[in-house]
Amino acid sequence: MNTRAAATALGWFSIGLGLAELIAPRKMSRATGLNSREKVMPYLGAREVASGIGLLASQKPTAWLWSRVIGDAMDLAILGCGFRNSQSNSKRLALASGMVAAVTALDVLACNEATRDKKRSVTANGSKTQLFRTITIQKSARDLYQFWRSLENLPQIIPDLKSVKVTGERTSHWVAAGPGDTEIEWDAEITDDQPAARISWRSLPGAPVPNNGTVYFEELVGDRGCVVKLRMHYVPPAGGIGAKIARLFGKAPEQQTMEFLRKFKQLMETGEIATTVGQPAGRKLSYSPKFDVAARRMAEAN
Amino acid sequence: MKANCWYGMKDVRVETVPDPKILNPRDAIVKVTSTAICGSDLHLYDGYVPTMEKGDILGHEFMGEVVEVGKGVKNLKAGDRVVVPFPIACGNCYFCKRDEWSSCENSNPNATLAEKMWGHHTCGIFGYSHLTGGYAGGQAEYVRVPFADVGPLKIESNLPDEKVLFLSDILPTGYMAAEFCEIEPGDTVAVWGCGPVGLLAMKSAFLLGAGRVIAIDEYPERLALARQKVGAETLNFAEVESVSNALRDITGGRGPDACIDAVGQEANAHGLIGIYDRVKHTARLQTDRPTALRQAITAVRNGGVVSVVGVYGGVIDKFPMGAIVNRGLTIKSGQTPVHKYMRPLLQRIEKGEIDPSFIISHRLSLGEAPHGYEIFQKRDDDCIKIVLKP
Repeated sequence: MNTRAAATALGWFSIGLGLAELIAPRKMSRATGLNSREKVMPYLGAREVASGIGLLASQKPTAWLWSRVIGDAMDLAILGCGFRNSQSNSKRLALASGMVAAVTALDVLACNEATRDKKRSVTANGSKTQLFRTITIQKSARDLYQFWRSLENLPQIIPDLKSVKVTGERTSHWVAAGPGDTEIEWDAEITDDQPAARISWRSLPGAPVPNNGTVYFEELVGDRGCVVKLRMHYVPPAGGIGAKIARLFGKAPEQQTMEFLRKFKQLMETGEIATTVGQPAGRKLSYSPKFDVAARRMAEAN
Repeated sequence: MKANCWYGMKDVRVETVPDPKILNPRDAIVKVTSTAICGSDLHLYDGYVPTMEKGDILGHEFMGEVVEVGKGVKNLKAGDRVVVPFPIACGNCYFCKRDEWSSCENSNPNATLAEKMWGHHTCGIFGYSHLTGGYAGGQAEYVRVPFADVGPLKIESNLPDEKVLFLSDILPTGYMAAEFCEIEPGDTVAVWGCGPVGLLAMKSAFLLGAGRVIAIDEYPERLALARQKVGAETLNFAEVESVSNALRDITGGRGPDACIDAVGQEANAHGLIGIYDRVKHTARLQTDRPTALRQAITAVRNGGVVSVVGVYGGVIDKFPMGAIVNRGLTIKSGQTPVHKYMRPLLQRIEKGEIDPSFIISHRLSLGEAPHGYEIFQKRDDDCIKIVLKP
């Protein structure tokens, strides 16, 4: 089970249990065998509901998963104290403790999984990242293929790419903006070239960000245009500077890939790329540094 | 140049900003001769549209004179008099080719943001938040118009600005609202909101063959306008217990054949549900206050059409889906593909079939824009529609 699914399941469980404790504290305290503890129940309920909402609403549920483990420990402690109280029903207490222990085991499992996930994404360096996005363009596969096959065109749609120079029938030299004012460069070769259908490429040994990919052109029936699919793999370099180099794909690589495809579409269909960079505004910048994702990247690249 | 800029909730100011310049081959620069404040600008003014940024130039209803064109614009030249549609559209993509200009795939440079909010992105719009591209608007002395080779409509007759200015947005929007209703001769159409779009929707409903139009609002001066200038019957919702019941009573028990919501996200309502919506809206727990929409859905006859041209931005609560499913209703909505309607509506204006200038209540200078927003927002001074002259 992945972290998100686990967090969602546990989130709903938390809310359900929490609401029961809030709405029917007396019944819940009897059911668990803690006969004299109905006053604590609403507090426990509120905690459960909070954890639940946190788990469901949060983009990063790991911390909320840990909040559940801490809550479980609290519940077990209260149940443990219950055994010493003469009013308690020890049979029910034992059953409830067993159930809480089982849930605790689940929570710890989910936590471990989530923490591992997090580590994986932080130390992604060295492992492959795969991107896939697609767009439909109102042009023939041949026109689209021809634009892409003239690799020198690509900097028009990829703002951080400074230049691509064709060096041989299948080889080319790429220069991109690196961290700060630096540049990174590498050589690449085309590994598969099917006119009006697809182009595959890979970087040659020595590339700072080893990468390969394929762009597919699939014409639709009627006047529906052509589906362009872009698949890329790249290996983010290790270390702090490596992470900065990976800026080529930005913080959200999938989104970045989509921005490339959108610019490709705009250029092919309209002959220009929509922009607001350079327009008037009642502030210093023509665009919004907060909201205009594409405009900001274009301005940075210029 | 001078431009009316947004700086926050109920804070717009006319500032001196750089002149616009050609940025892309298909751009034109237009010297604005008339521009209007739209009811939907009030949603920006009231702070209910997300992704506004301090310094954004407002305004999406404007017309003027072309002063410069990019090298890709062959059909316009300096000196041409044009009305500019509020949606920015390329004319090349799948949607533009289908006459669905407001869904243009190529004009919103900030499509990613809009996709996150709405699932898919929309076209760019002048001066209407960064969700629709963050384009500088036309409440200014000059404005940059992208895709000027397909958007602006040349006005070659001597019609005054005031008769053609509203081709930029509210006349096509009102007309589309009525067109959505699939009116058959003699139909009854109820319209929520007697603002500019509502009044033009009523006028259009009659043009398209409606037998009766019922205007719903709470401002007596607006209801009077609907009665006198459009010939609508009126219903003051502040004076009745239930709008649905009142409509049932005046439509022989069946309900209107079609209902138009020309109110949108900041509806006023009385009673408990009104308070509920206002509290949730003010606390930003819902993005919209959908009172008019709920009433329209409840009131329309079985199998009827609910046409929504009031602006909504996000998510709403207590949406009567059960009424829609069980009574077989159709809901139609959209940002108006103005390009589609401009030419036929210009012809109607030229023939004298419709003269939208009857809605203008105030004529101010561009410098008075902040005052204009204030009186329009408060409905002070019987304000219906403000035209600004730069």
